[in-house]
Parts: sequence; structure tokens; C-alpha cells
Amino acid sequence: MTDLSYVRTEMLSERDPPLSTTGVIGWIRENLFNGLSNSVLTLASLAFIYWVLSHFIPWFWSPTWNGTSLGQCREMIGAAGKESGACWGVINERWPQMLFGFYPVEERWRPILAFVLMFVALIPVLFNMISRRWNWFLLALVLFVTTLFVASGWLAVVAQVLLVVAMIWIGRLILVTKVSDRADEIKAGARRLPNPLMFSAAFVFIMPWLLWGGTVWAPIATAFGFVVGWGAFRVLAPVAGSLVAMILGVVAAVVWWLFLVGPVAAGLHGLLPVGLEPVQSRNFGGLLLSVTIGVVAISVSLPLGIVLALGRQSDLMLVKWMSVGFIEFIRGVPLITLLFVASFLLNVFMPPGTNFDIILRVIIMATLFSAAYIAEVVRGGLAALPKGQYEAADALGLDYWKAQRLIIMPQALKISIPGIVSVFIGLFKDTTLVSIIGLLDPIGLSNSIRADVAWNGIVWELYGFIAFLFFIITFLMSRYSMYLERRLRTDHR
Amino acid sequence: MKRTVILGALMAAGFSAGAASAATLDDVKARGKLNCGVATGVPGFASPDASGEWQGFDVSVCRAVAAATLGDPMAVEFVPTTGKTRFTALASGEIDMLARNTTWTFSRDVDLKFDFIGVNYYDGQGYMVPKELGVSSAKELDGATICIQTGTTTELNLADYFRVNGMSYEPVPIETNAEAQQQYLAGACDVYTTDASGLAATRATFEDPTAHVILPEIISKEPLGPLVRHGDNDWADIVRWSLNALIAAEEYGVTSANIDELLKGTDNPEINRLLGTEGNLGEMLGLDAEWAVRAIKANGNYGEIFARHIGEDTPIGLARGLNAQYRDGGILYAPPFR
Amino acid sequence: MTTLTDPPKESFRLSMLLNDSRYRSITIQIVALIGFLTLIGWLLNNTAQNLADLGKEPSFRFLTQPAGYDINQMLIEYTNQDSNLRAAFVGLLNTLIVAIMGCIAATVVGVIVGVLRLSNNWILARLMTVYVEIFRNVPVLLWIVFTMAILIETLPAPRDFRGDTPEASMLLGDTVALTNRGFYIPEPLFSRSLGDVSLFGQSPLRFDVSLDLIAIMATLLAGVLLAGLFAKRADRIQAATGVRPRTWHWRFGVIVLPTAALLAGLGLHFGYPELRGFNFQGGTYMRNSLIALWLALSLYTAAFVAEIVRAGILAISKGQTEAAAALGLRPRRIMSLVVLPQALRVIVPPLISQYLNLTKNSSLAIAVGYMDITGTLMGITLNQTGRELETVLMTMLIYLVISLVISGAMNVYNNSVKLQER
Repeated sequence: MTDLSYVRTEMLSERDPPLSTTGVIGWIRENLFNGLSNSVLTLASLAFIYWVLSHFIPWFWSPTWNGTSLGQCREMIGAAGKESGACWGVINERWPQMLFGFYPVEERWRPILAFVLMFVALIPVLFNMISRRWNWFLLALVLFVTTLFVASGWLAVVAQVLLVVAMIWIGRLILVTKVSDRADEIKAGARRLPNPLMFSAAFVFIMPWLLWGGTVWAPIATAFGFVVGWGAFRVLAPVAGSLVAMILGVVAAVVWWLFLVGPVAAGLHGLLPVGLEPVQSRNFGGLLLSVTIGVVAISVSLPLGIVLALGRQSDLMLVKWMSVGFIEFIRGVPLITLLFVASFLLNVFMPPGTNFDIILRVIIMATLFSAAYIAEVVRGGLAALPKGQYEAADALGLDYWKAQRLIIMPQALKISIPGIVSVFIGLFKDTTLVSIIGLLDPIGLSNSIRADVAWNGIVWELYGFIAFLFFIITFLMSRYSMYLERRLRTDHR
Repeated sequence: MKRTVILGALMAAGFSAGAASAATLDDVKARGKLNCGVATGVPGFASPDASGEWQGFDVSVCRAVAAATLGDPMAVEFVPTTGKTRFTALASGEIDMLARNTTWTFSRDVDLKFDFIGVNYYDGQGYMVPKELGVSSAKELDGATICIQTGTTTELNLADYFRVNGMSYEPVPIETNAEAQQQYLAGACDVYTTDASGLAATRATFEDPTAHVILPEIISKEPLGPLVRHGDNDWADIVRWSLNALIAAEEYGVTSANIDELLKGTDNPEINRLLGTEGNLGEMLGLDAEWAVRAIKANGNYGEIFARHIGEDTPIGLARGLNAQYRDGGILYAPPFR
Repeated sequence: MTTLTDPPKESFRLSMLLNDSRYRSITIQIVALIGFLTLIGWLLNNTAQNLADLGKEPSFRFLTQPAGYDINQMLIEYTNQDSNLRAAFVGLLNTLIVAIMGCIAATVVGVIVGVLRLSNNWILARLMTVYVEIFRNVPVLLWIVFTMAILIETLPAPRDFRGDTPEASMLLGDTVALTNRGFYIPEPLFSRSLGDVSLFGQSPLRFDVSLDLIAIMATLLAGVLLAGLFAKRADRIQAATGVRPRTWHWRFGVIVLPTAALLAGLGLHFGYPELRGFNFQGGTYMRNSLIALWLALSLYTAAFVAEIVRAGILAISKGQTEAAAALGLRPRRIMSLVVLPQALRVIVPPLISQYLNLTKNSSLAIAVGYMDITGTLMGITLNQTGRELETVLMTMLIYLVISLVISGAMNVYNNSVKLQER
């Protein structure tokens, strides 16, 4: 048995896989050229991409940023030895107008601040990964940066000092204690910073004030309406029962808003005049108009949509029918017809002599429009809750409103957020329709700009710029919505 | 009179106006601004410039009225309107006057209940065709594809013209001048029809204006003028005579350059009455004596406005034609200031 | 033993309307109804008063008056002396055409893109993702005007076809002309036509139906039904013997042959477009307003449909596919017998709501001058008659009816495929 000529005694080291299955080549073979049909498709795709880019890039890369009219652009393109190209001068000259419309130049920090603050206010709603301390720190930072840019005088210095102190204090908290330690501290009963949702709630009133200006007392008095309603409810509830108290509370708040807010705000303004330069809504234009219509309509339609969704789920026949009728009517007609109603008919429906601004009328119709869609989203959220939640709430002896407020709505709304975001995306895109009734949103402005003799004949640059603006915003929002859906998805497939 | 209802901070800002009452002048004064409806964009007539200031021939009429009533030509809120929304905006009181190249027609004046207060531009509907088509008369347009701007009297005139002449055509309705121009230049329509002023203005901005001709047929009368609501005759008078003041100023040679000189007094009583140094015309209107002076100073007289925005030295390049003073062969004729 | 006795009957007290949950719901509903009716009454009262002030009492007389304007795309005969109602009817048909064409195209493109997004070809899947993202995230109005601009700027004008050395030429053996006014394609004509039937006499809603078309549709339908019978028979034989007889040629035959015979009998020939005067004449003319609207709407909606299809396919759990494979089904049959029927249940409801959106978005036709119901009734008619209330409400009503019909169809379908829960 000694004629065994060779026995391997040691393990061979692993060999690399063949070159054709690893690395770039392997990846290409795997993903692009596995099989005949796939190879054909890949080549066709590459040809298509080349075709698009070979037309787009030379057009896009055009030395016309400083052109002051279409004619001058043509000369610049000719001087660069090209046959055709984009005329970017129009964007260079008009981009502030496309973004802000006719909003006064020296006041443009207000919409910017409003939308930055909106982001801060939305953080606790949209992302729950950020701690309270970070949230307040961000808020202080934003306000500090704003005061640096817009305010001057001793008041600004005081505000800056206060904000810096606040930032240092919160920053120290952030740096000193780790997140996990902090969680233990909280468990042990340490005092927490106030919930940032308080700022979010206040922001609902701050934003219109920043955008439209006017006396600071108007939003304060308006917010006080909720206090009035809540107070009436609390006082009356033991006496008259919760249902009557609720109705009376709502009546009290409505009376306050309809008849008392104006005089009270005016009176307080007389005592202590603090306010911002008022800006007429017809000065809103461009992207600012689209965003304003979208944001205001969605925020106002949220409570309306919840009420409609509850109405649609209700056992009360009449309430249910009215909700269904409203929702189906709004969902059954195109937005453009509702905008025509805003443009032609809304004033006719109001008492003689009332005259709303067209932009307010559009916001009203957009609100009704999105309320119907939000109602459907919330209804989906309600339907997705397991029946056990309702039954458990009943078993605890909660009444309808308590059950809704404490058990059902928090869960249903959480599930509905992605849907609400997509309603917002849809509405935001649809705000471009206001150009058809003559409002100067980005598309409407593009027509006005083309009526300027210098830019008569420009097409692609303006449309491309508008498309770019909308794409950026809606793309980010849809990504956020997808992230949220992933986070909310609890089934593991 | 102004009943402001505040429904929340939002509405506080938006609920801007009170009643559309009979006394428009009082409303305007209380507001401190004139709400003037203009086009969303017509070259030379109304368009916003890069800083957001509205410019143009129609815009100047608004500024003159604002100067006469409020003393400040810049105290105007311009409300862009489309061909569709303009009349509703005026009827509902959203705007105090409409200066948006609107044709004065019977049904608009009578049925829609507006008052046309005069004509600031005499126009007529014409046809523009590329020279290479070799067409020299509108009678040769049988079977042509025609771009029309919708929301105007244009489409009805066109239908009438082709029906009367027993010809067929293919209408391509388009909302804005900019799009119509694009389609016409690309050859998507053979003919572009709109008011002749618009045709000339559009042609002027082409790369090669000489390659296009405007056909000799003018198929309609289009007196374009500002209008106000029925029922407030005092306000109508103010707008009417502000416009007339601009026209009369040109006739008497009052310009924004020499007006301060003339204010010291002239030996022409007509000028003196216009400028308020003689008589009490302003008082009759419910304004002060200097109303016309301010209106003229705002942008100059009719001729200056015309020359600045649409005249022959501008890219638009319109000749005065019918819109010359009656002494110069036009039909512009301001009633006497007396 | 005690017997159950009825509890003492409570007498009704007024406070029970608020405190007793049996009656409270009635109270709430009555209050709500009163509130609702008050609101409606208030609105109607305001409207009546405002309209009286404007001197525009609601009246529908304008509908019978001559419209006075011309419409370019007419499925039924119409002249500018016809009534406004007939103009609206022409517009309605145009709305329906673009909506139906759009739904079909959006479904086809959407399904292809949705499937290709799941393709294992990396570059193709990425390309489709880019398409979906770009189209979904830009407003549809922008897409419509954009597409229109592309058609106008890139295609040749009819005058480019003229002359000895034309810059452009017709395609497919001089039968199709793509111009920037629209597409001219061959038009089927019948030399021995059966004629038309006129419906609704002389009313504004009158229209003609081509008997040729009805005959062809009927033959096709009969052929399809017959082919279905063949397939059923094949199923039966397969179930009994395990061998599936070959039937495709029979099925193909019963669909194609009778139709071909009918077409020959009717004397089918084609009318080709040719350049005469200002325009091409002859052939079927699809205006570029229609094409732009159709393309933009269907590409925009297709991006959403693609997402729906992809989600539908992904929603079928892997276990289903694996189980089917374990049973020995081939991939194609797994798709057609297991995955698709289940995916359809997920896909169809959102798909139909996309159809609804497309139909509603077709109202943006005015942006490119396509004369649909918004362009006629709520466009030129409104503008020339000044009847805002009547025209806008009528338009809303028409869209509402269309939407309700579509969503009614959706409900019927949903009920038919609903999982039977036990």
C-alpha cells in the first residue's frame, strides 16, 4: 500500500471565484447581460439614455446666464459657436419672482422663516427620533439666525442674548447627559423640557401672521378662541352634561371668532401696537403661492377631514349620509371646476356685500377639496385598526369622544400620515391649476414673463425651472412618506 | 361702511374688503388703494417686470386714475384677470375698474351690466400669415388652420367671417398670446388672428418680422376701453374723465415735461380748466382741483403713454393710425373740458 | 321560581332626549339636519339675492341659443349655428374620447413599466424608476403644456412636406403624416356601407351611429364568445383525459375569419391623407391637442399605475409562488394561475381610482385648447353668455355622473372578487 503516489496532506486555500462572476464584470454579466433578451434591452436602454443626454446636455450647457433678453441670448449662443442652447438669463433675472411672486422684497425673510419654522414645528410630528432638547435647540438656532439677518436695535440685541443663553443652556444639557442616561433620569422623575408639540400648536397661528403680517394680537386673540371654547366646556360640563357642554363650547368659540376677535385684537393693538407690515394675499405669487395654498389648505382640512371621516363611520344615518354626500361630491368633480366656483361663484354664495380675496377663495375651495380626500385617508386609518381597540375602549367605559381622543385617533392618525402626505403632494401639484383662473403661480407667472418683450418666445427654460422646483419638493416628500411607511410597517415579510 | 369680519388670523388678512357699495370712490379712498384688473400678460399692454412692477399701456390708465383719486400713481393693486374671469371680478366688486383690452360691445354694456367709460385703443381683428404662403387676402384662407385666442370676441368674429364668405377653417383655440405665438411660429397654424395691435406687437418680437404679413382685411371693430360696474355713475365719471384728461392733454400739448410750467397759468382757458387753475371741474367730480395734473404727471399724456409702451420706438412698434388725435387723422376726440 | 316580569315602563321625559342614548342619537341627527338645512337655505338665499342684484336670474335659455363659435374636433356634426347645448354635447364626447383612450394607454404603459421595474436588468429597472419618479413628481398641467410644446416644436409643419425637395416626408409608404398640427392616419372607408342610424331626431343630443361599426363589433363579439366555448371544451377534455387538445387555430379562426369576411363584404378600403391646400386632407386627423393631452395624461397616470402594479405583484407572498412551484407549475402558469388573480384583487381598486383621476384631469384640456366639456360649456359658452352659475354647475354635474358611473363599476367589481370571509 505504499504505491500511493500523492496524498494531499494540507487544506488548499480558497481560490478566488472566476473573474467573470465577481467584481464589475461579474456584476455587469449578472445584471445587464444575462441572456439574449436582457442584452438587447440593456443596449436599447443605453442607446436611449445616450440619445436623451446627447440632446439635453449641449442645450443645457449654454453660456447665457447673464443675458438680458432673448435676442441677447441668441447672440451669446452664436458667439459661443453653437446653433441652439438654453437662454438662462430669464431664470437669472426672474427667479426671485418665480419663488416669491410680488411679495415685498424687504419682507421676504418672513415666508422663508415661516417655512423653516414649519419644518421645526413638524419635526415632533413627522420624526420621533429627535429628542426634545435637540428640537428646542434647533428652534432657538433658527430664531437666532433670523434676528441676525432682519432685526436691529437694542430689542434685537436683547433677543439675541436671550437666544444665545437658551442655546448654551440646552446645548449643555445635550452635551452633558447622554441619551440613555437621560432616559433613566426621566424614569427617575427628572423634570423634562416642555413638549415641542406646544410650539407646533402655536405655530398654526404664527405662520399666517408671518405670511400675511398685521397686528400680533389677531393670531393671539384667535388662539384665545380655543381657550374660550374649552373654558365654556369645562364650566358647563358638570352642569349640563358633556354633549350640551360641547355644543355650547363650540358655539362660544364661534361667537368669539365671529364677533369678538376683531374688536379685541383692534383694542389690544391700540394699547400695545406690535405687528408686522401687512402683506395683501394678492402679492403672493410664484412658488410661495403654491406652497401657501397647499400648506394652509391641508392644515385646515385636517380637522375637517377627521370630522368627515368620523361622520362617515357614524351610526347616525343622517350624519352619515351628509358626510358621504359631501365626500363623494367633492371627489367626483375635477379640482378645476371647484376653482371656477372659487373664481365665479363663491362671492355669489356669500351674503351680498362680502368680498373675499381670490386667493382666500381658492384656499377655501382647496380646503374643501382636500378635506374630502383626507377624510378617505383617515377612514382607511380607522378601518385598519383592529376591532379589539374599539371594544377595549368600550370595555374601559370610555364615552365616544374619550375613546376617539385617547385610543382610536392617535393610532388611526399615525397610520394615516403617509396617506395624508400623499394627499398633500397631490394638492401641492394641483395648485398649478390656479393659473387657469388667472392667479400668478409659477405657471401663471411664466406666461406673464413671456409677455415681457425681452423674453417673448421663451418656453423650455421656464417650464424646466418650474418642473425642477416641483420635482425637488414633491420628490423629497414622497421619499419621506415611503420612509414613514417602512417605519410603520410592522409585518415582517 | 367697511365691515371687517375677522375669522381667525388667516381670514383677518384675507377678508380685505368691505361692501361693494354704491360709492366706489369712498371705498377706494378708505382702502388707500385702487384695485385695477389687468391682463395676466399682453406685451406692451400689461406685464410685470423683473421687480414685480406692472408696466404697459393699460396699466398706465390704472395709474392715472389712482393718481387722480388717491394722489399716488403707485397706489394700485393690480389684479391679473383672464378673458374668463375679468367680468366676474368686476361684477363682484373685487376690482374697481377693468383695464384689460376689453372690446366695447352691446351685450357687455347692456346685458352684463357694465359701463364702458371710453376707448383707449381703437383696434380691429386682423390676420397674420407667413409671407411664404403667398396669401394676399383673407378671402384665400379657405381650409386654413387658424390660431385664435379664446375668451374674447375673436372666435365669434372669425366664425361669422368664414360663414359669410362660405369658407371652412380649422380653429385652434389658445389661452395666451405666448402660446399662440409659439404655435404660429412653428407652423402649427397657418394663420394667427387677434386684434391687429396684438398681431403687430407679436410680429415685432419675431426673429425675422419681415417674413410675416398682416393681411389688409380687418374683420371687426374692436374699440378697447376701460370699464366699471353699472350703477355708480360718479365713479364712472371719474374714470371716464381721467382717461379724457390724458387724451385732452395731448391735444392741448400738455406733457409731463411742461405741465409745471403750464400750471403757472396760460392764456388757453381750456388748459387752465383741465389743470384746475380755472373753474371748479375737480370739485364737480368730487376730487380736488389738481386731479388731472396728477393723472397726467403719473405717466404723461396719452401720446407719451402710447410712445413709451407701444409706440413706434418700442419693440412693439405700433403706428398711431386710428388712435391719433382727430386733428392728425385719427378718431381720438376728447369731449371739451367745460 | 319567580317569573320574569317586564320592567316598569318608563314614561318619556324631555331630558331623555339628551341623556338617554336611545333618543340622543335622534336629537343629534335632528340638530344636524336643521343646521344643514339652515346652511343650504342661507346659501340659496344669498345666491338668489346676489343674482337678483346682478340682474342674472338663473335661466337655462342660453342652452337653446346658437353657440356662434366653431369647434375643431367633432364626433357629431355641428356648426356654429347649433345651440350651446349641442356644443356642450360635442365637448362631452371629446372628454369621453380622451378619457377612454387615456385609460387604455395608461394601463398598457403602466403594466409594462410596473413589471419592468421588477426586472433583473439593472439599467432597465433604474430607467423605469427614473420615469416613474419624474412623471409622478411634476404637476400634470406642466406635463400637458410640455408635451404640447414638444409636439409643436419638434414635428414638421405641413408646409415642410411641400415642394420638390420637402424637408419632411410621410411615413409607412406615404400613408401616415406626423405634423405639428396632429397625426394623419389612414381612415377605414366602406364602399358598400350599411349607412347610419340617426338617434334622437332633431334634438340637440341627436347623433348618428354607423351600422358598419355595430356590425363589426357584433361579429367580433360573437367570435370571441365562440372562442371561449372552444376553450371551455378544451378544459373539459383536459379534465377528463389529462391531454389538452390543440385549439388555438380554431379560436383564432372563429374570431378572424367572420370579421374579415364582413369587412370584405362591406368593401373596406383606406382613405389616405394627402397634402392639399393648407393642410393634409383625407385620412383620420388626430389633432395635436388631443395627442398632447392623451400622451401627457396617460404617461402621467401610467407612472401611478406602474406603482400600483408593482405593489400588487409584491403583495403576493413568496409562499404562494413557492407552493405553486412545488406543485410543478411552470413559471408562466404560476403567473397566470396563481399570482395574477390574487394581485388583481389588490391592483384593480386603486387602478380604477386612477381612471377616475385621469378622467377628472382631462378637464385640463383647456390648457392646450382641446375642446372638451370644460372648453365648450365651461369655457367659451360661459364666456360668451356670462352664465357662470348655470354652466359651472352643469359641468360639475356631468363630471359627477361620469365619476359615479366609474366608481359604481368599481364597487360591482370589488364585490365580485371580495375574499369570502368565514
